[in-house]
Amino acid sequence: MNTMNVMDRTLETKTTKIAARDVNVYYGDTHAIKDVNVKIEANTVTAFIGPSGCGKSTFLRCLNRMNDTIDICRVTGDILLDGEDIYDKRVDPVQLRAKVGMVFQKPNPFPKSIFDNVSYGPRIHGLARNKAELEEIVEKSLRRAAIWEEVKDRLDAPGTGLSGGQQQRLCIARAIATEPEVLLMDEPCSALDPIATAQVEELIDELRASYSVVIVTHSMQQAARVSQKTAFFHLGNLVEFGPTGQIFTNPEDPRTESYITGRIG
Amino acid sequence: MPTFWLVVLLLALSALGFAMGRRRALASAGGNPRNLHSLPNYYGANVAMSTAVPALAILAIWLLVQPIVIENRVSALIPETSIPENTSLSLVMSDVRRLAEGLDEAVNQSFLTQKQSFALDSATSDIRSDLGAVGVALGSEVRPEVLEAAQSYRQLSSSGATLMTVVAVLSALVGFFLAYRNSDKEFRARNVVERGVMALLVLAASLAILTTVGIVLSMFFETMNFFGLHNWRDFFFGTTWAPNFRGDSELSILPLLWGTLYISAIALMVAVPVGLFAAIYLSEYAGSTVRAFAKPLLEILAGIPTIVYGLFALLTVGPLLLKLFGQGENGVFGLTWMSGATSVLTAGVVMGIMLIPFVSSLSDDIINAVPQALRDGSLGLGATKSETVRQVVLPAALPGIVGAILLAASRAIGETMIVVMGAGAIAKFSGNPFESMTTITTRIVSQLTGDTDFASPETLVAFALGLSLFVLTLGLNVLALYIVRKYREQYD
Ligand SMILES: Nc1ncnc2c1ncn2[C@@H]1O[C@H](COP(=O)(O)OP(=O)(O)O)[C@@H](O)[C@H]1O
Ligand SMILES: [Mg+2]
Repeated sequence: MNTMNVMDRTLETKTTKIAARDVNVYYGDTHAIKDVNVKIEANTVTAFIGPSGCGKSTFLRCLNRMNDTIDICRVTGDILLDGEDIYDKRVDPVQLRAKVGMVFQKPNPFPKSIFDNVSYGPRIHGLARNKAELEEIVEKSLRRAAIWEEVKDRLDAPGTGLSGGQQQRLCIARAIATEPEVLLMDEPCSALDPIATAQVEELIDELRASYSVVIVTHSMQQAARVSQKTAFFHLGNLVEFGPTGQIFTNPEDPRTESYITGRIG
Repeated sequence: MPTFWLVVLLLALSALGFAMGRRRALASAGGNPRNLHSLPNYYGANVAMSTAVPALAILAIWLLVQPIVIENRVSALIPETSIPENTSLSLVMSDVRRLAEGLDEAVNQSFLTQKQSFALDSATSDIRSDLGAVGVALGSEVRPEVLEAAQSYRQLSSSGATLMTVVAVLSALVGFFLAYRNSDKEFRARNVVERGVMALLVLAASLAILTTVGIVLSMFFETMNFFGLHNWRDFFFGTTWAPNFRGDSELSILPLLWGTLYISAIALMVAVPVGLFAAIYLSEYAGSTVRAFAKPLLEILAGIPTIVYGLFALLTVGPLLLKLFGQGENGVFGLTWMSGATSVLTAGVVMGIMLIPFVSSLSDDIINAVPQALRDGSLGLGATKSETVRQVVLPAALPGIVGAILLAASRAIGETMIVVMGAGAIAKFSGNPFESMTTITTRIVSQLTGDTDFASPETLVAFALGLSLFVLTLGLNVLALYIVRKYREQYD
């Protein structure tokens, strides 16, 4: 698609938001992530690409300790958020997840009203002092997720009654209502049609202004369209990590090239 | 020929049919099964089926119909005038049957020859003591018209049995030969057997439905009899339950219904929180090892017979509650609220314990059916586990849990043993949980097991109570299933 502007994109240096050092992940005896080192920058969209089963979701879930909910999962190495190790004993994973929000592959609105879906996080974390403030947060989040106009007249309707694309944008609104610093997205568009995908991609680009975004995607075009940095995973290894333009036009590793040109997948 | 041997003969015939049908079909294909339309066993099964099924069906119907026909023919023989003042035709008929069976028994034990037994005369021989000698006790001296009826009863039964044997064997043979002749390589035996299998399944399904209908109808007719003898207004709207045998009983369902609902409510108050919390722990918090042994352990509770819970109520919970809330000076708290071990509270608490595994295993299934994606979504927003359970999982599972609670309620309403042993037998309206009370089910038992005349309203009321109970629990079950099903659709 329009890979031209990817190459022209200027890349200024930014502060590191998340740094992973020698991260290994095991599911029981399965070694799912092998010695991954990566730096995720603030105000940047970072794309994780790679064939399925290569560990993209696993690594993404390490960044907000969602893997804690899986009994057999074991993580070693350091992951630093703003220079602090998130696997440190003193870190409360619940607090961490408020800072590092997540949007999932399948839209998963709660079986509650649209308003309650978005106000869920702010309520739990006590971000609003009164009803008016809460309403303000909800409206702001829905506007930022580009869905306000569609739902403003039916905030009391159930979130599950929306279309797939609307549901996913609702989930994004729900995630940003908690005011995270990092937003993790695991294949957020794989259940959406092309129009909804375009809307979400546009949204991701806007979100970059205030967050650092990490997006797992199966679509090379999508990675090229929305991201400034791309990481290519293969069989649990981080094979190549660099500016998106470079990965797509001039990959260093032969495996990256084969994947991008469609020879492995 | 006794029916047992007749059945054995028919089965043997159909086994023979299986072997022969199979052989003939194979022979028609020149010994090569590939030239057959169906596998050889299907031809065998077809012959076996055509032999046994119609014959056994005739047998079954005959066995059901013959006694009714004979009963009608014989009772027509008994003149109106020979029915004593204080009995009825059906009582005389039961004498007739008993005498007929006794004579057959005497012949069986070679006490009498067949010929002698038919030649008996009530005036010349003492039939009562003769039959007493072979172990059949008669209630009274044999009157001539009863003997006559009994003899014709025997006559009809034995000729009926002979005729049945002939007809059944004949139909088996006809089925055998027709199917055997058909067994050649073009015949589609597989399709016929397929239809046979379907018929079998339909039969099983309709039997289940028919028995339900039969049960309801029989209860319904007895209930109608009851309302013929007793005012329906008193039954539904009266306030007293006081059966007596002078004929002026007050038989109102309301005090019993109150007891039933009160005890069930207490049971649910115990079972729902405990069962639900156990389910939440097992499905959301427990590790796989805890789950692996705790879940079966909890389900063992569900396998304990209710009579054992009844004993538990009688021997442990009742006295314990009495010690806590009664006995004045000697009690733990010095209270005098409770005067006996049997009370609404005793039965309710024990019934609640019985229902815990029921509620927890149903809720556990329902909670597990809530998609993991919803939990992830909530945890990913920085919610804790209990916030996630309270605000996302439980609301999503709520309709299913309500269904589970309704199912538990209908079990509580139908429960008998625990109430018999834990709640006492006094029917009254009272809000005091420390008093004895009684329920619909236990009254059904006591009304039917008494020594009373079966045609009195005091006995027949049991059917009216039973039918009311049936309607109540059916309503609850339908509601519960409706809710559960509606909830299932949400995620499929
Ligand atoms: N919950 C889990 N339990 C055990 N193994 C898992 C689990 N989740 C993922 N894996 C394994 O880890 C590897 C990486 O999976 P994943 O991160 O989902 O890949 P991707 O998202 O790149 O398709 C796969 O081999 C997968 O089988
Ligand atoms: Mg994945």
